[in-house]
Amino acid sequence: MAFWDYANPTRFLKLVETVLPWLTGLCVIVFAVGLYLGFFVAPEDYQQGATVRIMFIHVPAAWLCMMCYSIMALSSLGTLVWKHPLADVSAKSAAPIGAAFTFMALVTGSLWGKPMWGTYWVWDARLTSVLVLFIMYLGLMTLWRTMDDPIKAGKAAAVLTLVGALNLPIIKFSVDWWNTLHQPASVMRMDGPSIDSSMLWPLFVMAIAFTLLFFVIHLMAMRNEILRRRVRALRMRAASAAHPGTAAATAQPAE
Amino acid sequence: MNGWAMTLFRRDISLSVRIGGSALVGVLFFLAVVTVIPFGVGPDLNLLARIGPAILWIGALLATLLGLDRLFQADREDGTLDLMLMAGRPLEVVVLVKCLAHWVATGLPLVVAAPLLGIFLNLDPVSMAAVTATLLVGTPALTLIGAIGASLTVSLRRGGLLLAVLVIPLAIPVMIFGVSSADAAIHDPMPFMTPFLILCALTLISAVIGPVASAIALRFAGD
Repeated sequence: MAFWDYANPTRFLKLVETVLPWLTGLCVIVFAVGLYLGFFVAPEDYQQGATVRIMFIHVPAAWLCMMCYSIMALSSLGTLVWKHPLADVSAKSAAPIGAAFTFMALVTGSLWGKPMWGTYWVWDARLTSVLVLFIMYLGLMTLWRTMDDPIKAGKAAAVLTLVGALNLPIIKFSVDWWNTLHQPASVMRMDGPSIDSSMLWPLFVMAIAFTLLFFVIHLMAMRNEILRRRVRALRMRAASAAHPGTAAATAQPAE
Repeated sequence: MNGWAMTLFRRDISLSVRIGGSALVGVLFFLAVVTVIPFGVGPDLNLLARIGPAILWIGALLATLLGLDRLFQADREDGTLDLMLMAGRPLEVVVLVKCLAHWVATGLPLVVAAPLLGIFLNLDPVSMAAVTATLLVGTPALTLIGAIGASLTVSLRRGGLLLAVLVIPLAIPVMIFGVSSADAAIHDPMPFMTPFLILCALTLISAVIGPVASAIALRFAGD
């Protein structure tokens, strides 16, 4: 099964080397098409003018911050249930990317909110739940940084990620109860999207571009994390060779 | 309740109320937080009556967070936690009993103190009763959710601050429904029972998620 073949970090790195250039090229092309469509082809909104183009960055970033958390939750399941050796690498390297996309969604959203709603920030349901998601990303990253053993840190973070995944719908529901001012969802609706197709197509292309960007950065970050762990293992081996006897207990196989 | 669970419960209670325990510090902290709020927002009694339930809830949340970092850490330091892990009892039940004891020692005093602090905030009797009821139902959820954070940070030397950061996002739903049901009791058109029952449901959910997740985390922290 392919899933297990790439449990070996070396084989995974070889796969990354093959896939990454193609993926990067594809990502650049789709981005170019998406940005061209978004900035030159898509019409201006009759009410919002050119500011509607913020949507082509804002909406994909908001989608991505959800998708990234889902990937982290799946990876955490991989860590805890199947003990897949790359799962916690995947979860760890996804967290900063997710935080970055969440931050991007928050910043572009508040830049869009200033001309439209007259204020940078409102305590509305969607904004608040994205802010909570941002805090959870940062908390997870902090948890990883506070433990020096990557295996233990990965397991602790996996537990927290899964608890967060169970809690996110509850948080979403309760924040909706608390207050709502934001427009309801306008793309993912049962009766078809309410956006005109001239704006929907650029949005769709940009969403694909952002997804590709996520995977490019994620693969790069996973590669870096594997290499970082190898460096750590080599350093520990060197340290235990320099002081034999005292450090014998720490010379465990890290990878 | 089984014999061993009762023994564990009694042990945790007596450890937290005797010298070296921190059961009543939480109530003092609660009092200090409520005292400091009028200095921040001004001594307007009408304003205080309006935001009173929220102040009491925030105070209770902070006081709960303050006591949580010792939930498992003291046991880990003297090796009791390892014995509990090896004892062959279901760890989830151990965690649940420990949370219950921790709540009785730290959360229940907050609930008892809430009506008294309500007087300072110019709450009328109805909203005082409502806040006390919501705190009685909601603070166990805070302890149980906090147990997850406590077990994740158990091996860290200075885990208290990180614990608060990890737990606060998860505690937001409890906070929202606690405050909104207390508010609903004051403002007539909204029903009190709807948010109150959701708050009860949240407590029950966290009674499942909290012990299971923190037992998993403790097993990983143990080895």
